[in-house]
Amino acid sequence: MIQGMMQDESDVLVVGAGVVGCAVAREASRHALRVCVLEQAGDVAEGSTKANSAIVHAGYDAVPGTAKARFNVRGNALFEDWCRELDVPFVRNTSLVAAFDDRDLAALEALRLRGERNGVPGLRVLAQDEVRALEPNISRSVIGALLAPSGGICCPYGLTFRLAEHAAANGVAFFFERRVVDVARAADGLWQVTTADGAVFRTRAVVNAAGLYADELNNMVSAQKLSITPRRGEYLMLDKQYAGTFRATIFQVPTPLGKGVLVSPTVDGTLIVGPTAEDVGDKSDTRTTADGLRKVVESAARVWEQVPAGGVIATFSGLRAHGDRDDFLVGEAPDAPFFFNAAAMESPGLTAAPAVAVWLAEQIGRALDAQRATHYVQHTATWKPFREMTDAQRIAAIADDPSYARIVCRCENVTEAEIRAAIRSRIGARTLDGVKRRTRAGMGRCQGGFCTPRIIAILCDELGLTPEQITKFGGGSNLLVTTHGARPATLGLSPERRESRVGRREVCHD
Amino acid sequence: MTDVDILIIGGGPAGLAAAIAAHEAGCRNVLLLEREPALGGILRQCIHAGFGMHVFKEDLTGPEYAQRFVQRFHALGLSAQCDTMALSVTPDREVTAVSPAFGLQRFRAKAVVLAMGCRERTRGALRVPGWRPAGIYPAGQAQRFVNLDGWMPGRRVVILGSGDIGLIMARRMTLEGAEVLACVELMPFSGGLTRNVVQCLDDYGIPLLLSHTVTEIHGRERLEAVTVAQVDAQRKPLPGTEQRFECDTLLLSVGLIPENELSRAAGVRVSEVTCGPLVDDALQTSVPGIFACGNVLHVHDLVDHVTVESTEAGRQAAKYARGQGEAGHPACQMLQIRDGAGVRGLVPQTVCAVRVADALPLMFRPAAVFKDAAAVVRLDGEEVLRKRFRILTPGEMVRLVVPKEVLERHAGAGELTVEVTV
Repeated sequence: MIQGMMQDESDVLVVGAGVVGCAVAREASRHALRVCVLEQAGDVAEGSTKANSAIVHAGYDAVPGTAKARFNVRGNALFEDWCRELDVPFVRNTSLVAAFDDRDLAALEALRLRGERNGVPGLRVLAQDEVRALEPNISRSVIGALLAPSGGICCPYGLTFRLAEHAAANGVAFFFERRVVDVARAADGLWQVTTADGAVFRTRAVVNAAGLYADELNNMVSAQKLSITPRRGEYLMLDKQYAGTFRATIFQVPTPLGKGVLVSPTVDGTLIVGPTAEDVGDKSDTRTTADGLRKVVESAARVWEQVPAGGVIATFSGLRAHGDRDDFLVGEAPDAPFFFNAAAMESPGLTAAPAVAVWLAEQIGRALDAQRATHYVQHTATWKPFREMTDAQRIAAIADDPSYARIVCRCENVTEAEIRAAIRSRIGARTLDGVKRRTRAGMGRCQGGFCTPRIIAILCDELGLTPEQITKFGGGSNLLVTTHGARPATLGLSPERRESRVGRREVCHD
Repeated sequence: MTDVDILIIGGGPAGLAAAIAAHEAGCRNVLLLEREPALGGILRQCIHAGFGMHVFKEDLTGPEYAQRFVQRFHALGLSAQCDTMALSVTPDREVTAVSPAFGLQRFRAKAVVLAMGCRERTRGALRVPGWRPAGIYPAGQAQRFVNLDGWMPGRRVVILGSGDIGLIMARRMTLEGAEVLACVELMPFSGGLTRNVVQCLDDYGIPLLLSHTVTEIHGRERLEAVTVAQVDAQRKPLPGTEQRFECDTLLLSVGLIPENELSRAAGVRVSEVTCGPLVDDALQTSVPGIFACGNVLHVHDLVDHVTVESTEAGRQAAKYARGQGEAGHPACQMLQIRDGAGVRGLVPQTVCAVRVADALPLMFRPAAVFKDAAAVVRLDGEEVLRKRFRILTPGEMVRLVVPKEVLERHAGAGELTVEVTV
């Protein structure tokens, strides 16, 4: 890359391809604006978006009057429609906040009142017998609970892929492996955004959706400094065997550090337990710890007496972008016109994302005096997972594409057709984890033990790569090492796809 | 809907032996479904020797052992459908399967034999803390990479767990040019066969660190190192004993889990000890007409034992399909089989003493290492059989045969237990 080379000129440049960045890009694409997204990782949803509780919060937690409160309740109201439009799962499974003593019961009442002020519908404090009627497997030490009927669960990365697909279908350009190192105002008034490889992107408006790194970006242009602390949360994922244990998401009365350890079904049919809340020094420190995982189990045991240790299929941790203002920082920076923050989006950041995106896109559209786009694509096609099809749908899908009849991931019944579709989509998978998060192949109880070689072979076939070039999640995460006389994986690879697709992926403006 | 007499799910050593036995018992309408493109199951990637010492009195490799059954299978004119995944089994033995060649298919079987094998325990189940880089594989997956795909998973290797696949892979990776630094085992004894410890670790100078475990995983992208620490009697890491192994690969050989998702969905009751179906002496599960054998029933060490067990399952399934099976011996009295002290996972769990042909084979794992011990069989508390062993370890399954006359002498007994005493 030539130093200072002009890479792209746009009206709106979004930094960060997490759920917030992709949502803002998608909403901005409703306007007649050239929008681009820069992402430091090799794929969308690689930061906080991929590792959180996946809860669509009702909105009783946030302090009334804060941005968190406002965008949480609005975001919750938008979530169902967004997920339906984008063909991604969403379940309004309700939330319960469990109380264990009289002080907790008082706290529930305070939460209920707070929620009502925030506009959360249907909140009700339940007595022990009502709680047990709803959740027969809940611990007997739970003596009451706040019921939030609007609480839900979603698939954060699935939502983000689809937002990115939809944005790309509406002309949004995506640039991956582009870490922003400088944002400065050029002489002509445009923003000039420089990435680590020396490329320069010129744009009229910048959206800071850089997650954990949003403070660095904000502080490049604004005197109103922001500081973000990575707050780590560790989780356990349990096998589908335990799917029926709880119907609602079960919280415990919150503490100053956060909403505490929850137990919740996921939209995939597994059960998630976590998170811890621990401030760490490093914005990339997603290690799990023996201590943390033990705390998760101990804390969850208040709600679920016997967390089945043998049922754990995966452990992971994620980092929340905790801002020093204890609130989201959303909107145009007062001292940096045309620089829009969507920063410090810790919980309920996922829930708030749709509302923040709608509001910010409106602000940006107005600031740039933009018209509505004349050709807005309302719906983009996606594949239907084989595991969710009826027999009749399966027969039809197989008739259309026989690779729907080849099961690659046996735990989650993911077919070759779905994996190829995930790679071929606009913002397609390039890595094992990319395939995993788009299709669930390798996310089941064997954690890829059987399907990994097959997915490597399909990635090689689709991308024209050798097995040694396939990574888990980009960078140096290669799955295999080069050997003397290593042979490429071939699956009847057509010559035109032989052309190597190694290197940085870009989905550019037409 | 296609009607078959016996439908066998899985074309590994268990399914093959069951199919052959069913055919030899006179059943001509047998169909076997296999999800891989070829028959043979896990044996296809087990290219080491040591198979067949009991059944063939020969030392064969895995593919050689499998090939004998595949050839017999074809010679008998039996039919298999490869590349076919069974999606569901109902309690009335309707099976839905899918394959690129035939699309979605439904079968109705008079008897079903479950022979789906097992899967490997994962890092998640162990909760090993640290980063989640590339380079951490179940040992069997690495074995597939090396032996079937011709891919090399890494160059400097630590193995966690000393199950047989881990031991075999320690040698295999060494032969492929990798450096295997250590095999780390949480328990004070190996989880694998003694012969594998000798032939795969000792012969190559690979240290076996007993009462040790991996306490942290290092490396953000590719694995860079693991921390290994000694553990106390409660298996908790001892502070101050940590050592760091620079490695790019960690292979896990920490246990196998029978794959009973289809079985559970069919209503088959599954044992919490073996993680396989509860079966009677005919290897019939709690759902009439559904039989189970091989690693889906309980994890074996020796394929020879799988063959013997699965031959019986095939024979019994054939009987059932002809309408002569059922727990239906008129004088049948079910004897409950229970694990006694020092014994884990007895199979079968119930027996019809009248039906037993000439002897009842019992299989179990010792709960710990016992030297100069005896396995004692009791009927309603009364000792009826005692067999001495120089050494018993959890890594080696014990097969104990109770002669029919012993059962007959105690007709009317309600409970059979096996215990290990020193």
